[in-house]
Amino acid sequence: MIRSEILKEIAPILRDQLVVCNIGIPSQELHAIDDQPTNFYMLGTMGLSSSIGLGLALAQPKTVISIDGDGSVLTNLGTLPTIGNNMPSNFILMIVDNGSYGSTGDQPTYTGRKTDLAGMARAAGCDNVVEVQDVDTGKALQEAIDAQVGTVMIVKCDSGNAKMPVITMDPVVIRDRFMKAVEA
Amino acid sequence: MSIDKKITDDLVANDISFVTTVPCKQLAGVIEEIDQREEIFHIPSNKEDEGMGLCAGAWMGGKRPAIIMQNTAIGVTINTLATLIQYYRMPLPMLISYRGELREPVACQVEMAVHTKALLAQMNIPTYHFHNQSDVEELDMILKYTFMCNKPVAILTDANFWGGYGDQ
Ligand SMILES: Cc1ncc(C[n+]2csc(CCOP(=O)(O)OP(=O)(O)O)c2C)c(N)n1
Ligand SMILES: [Mg+2]
Repeated sequence: MIRSEILKEIAPILRDQLVVCNIGIPSQELHAIDDQPTNFYMLGTMGLSSSIGLGLALAQPKTVISIDGDGSVLTNLGTLPTIGNNMPSNFILMIVDNGSYGSTGDQPTYTGRKTDLAGMARAAGCDNVVEVQDVDTGKALQEAIDAQVGTVMIVKCDSGNAKMPVITMDPVVIRDRFMKAVEA
Repeated sequence: MSIDKKITDDLVANDISFVTTVPCKQLAGVIEEIDQREEIFHIPSNKEDEGMGLCAGAWMGGKRPAIIMQNTAIGVTINTLATLIQYYRMPLPMLISYRGELREPVACQVEMAVHTKALLAQMNIPTYHFHNQSDVEELDMILKYTFMCNKPVAILTDANFWGGYGDQ
């Protein structure tokens, strides 16, 4: 499965949760598949989906799911120790590990070679790390939500992108809409 | 009252309850102070752009954030300031040690000091420079201003403000 197929499958689960979504095609796909006020779309700032999600989860009680990418986590590796040492029970970091920089044309990342993100997350101090295959994402995500313990999910899938339109919503509108949904 | 305590009191008085830091020798005292205050959740970050991501999330979650960092981090955070904090219009007080200014003993620090104000000006980031200890009196107003306008705001604090480096 590619990322867009996973997002389509888990859209009904994501719908009721606060979601911070990674820059580029992941956000475009989620926006096209199921736009919700509870989605915070990143339009730039590669690497910070996990950090924004962690800050949000620490600041309020609702469950927060950060949808991230292997390339983005690799560019902000310092996030893993920060998560590992401060993990709140309401945070799920779901890393879509397609072994590539999908948005920029599927150039391979090191996770497609020798680098193991689950091992790195564990070594960084994350206690609940689960590695799942694409087809099992929905089940694993629902389990993580129900478990109410902070979880890092590494979702192994194929590289590839769906053709979706660019998000034209103004960033302040995205943010304002999202903040109202957080508060609701 | 020590400046470290005065700064922390101002943060607390302005309801800032989420602070991330990357240390600088000059900031050691204030970091220690905020770490002890129960009104403030202190979360050290490993890089300042990461810290700004944490602050963005905390603010959207209803908490007032702040970041404490060295001026060299301006070089690390330009993209995050432009595409996250400014683009989504978020408030972020940045208490910054201004290394490489008068009384600086480490020559390399001057190399980013000469770019610091130019970069902040280029980014249209409101910038305040604390040089004398009495300048701290403005901090309360600067914090109110930051959360009034929803912008990142820089407070540069140089070695003279912190009372020099002792015998370093
Ligand atoms: C600092 C910076 N460098 C490079 C880019 C270009 N860029 C945007 S998205 C992306 C790939 C992200 O890959 P990944 O996190 O694995 O997500 P995927 O699209 O594969 O799901 C890159 C390299 C950028 N936006 N910012
Ligand atoms: Mg990828």
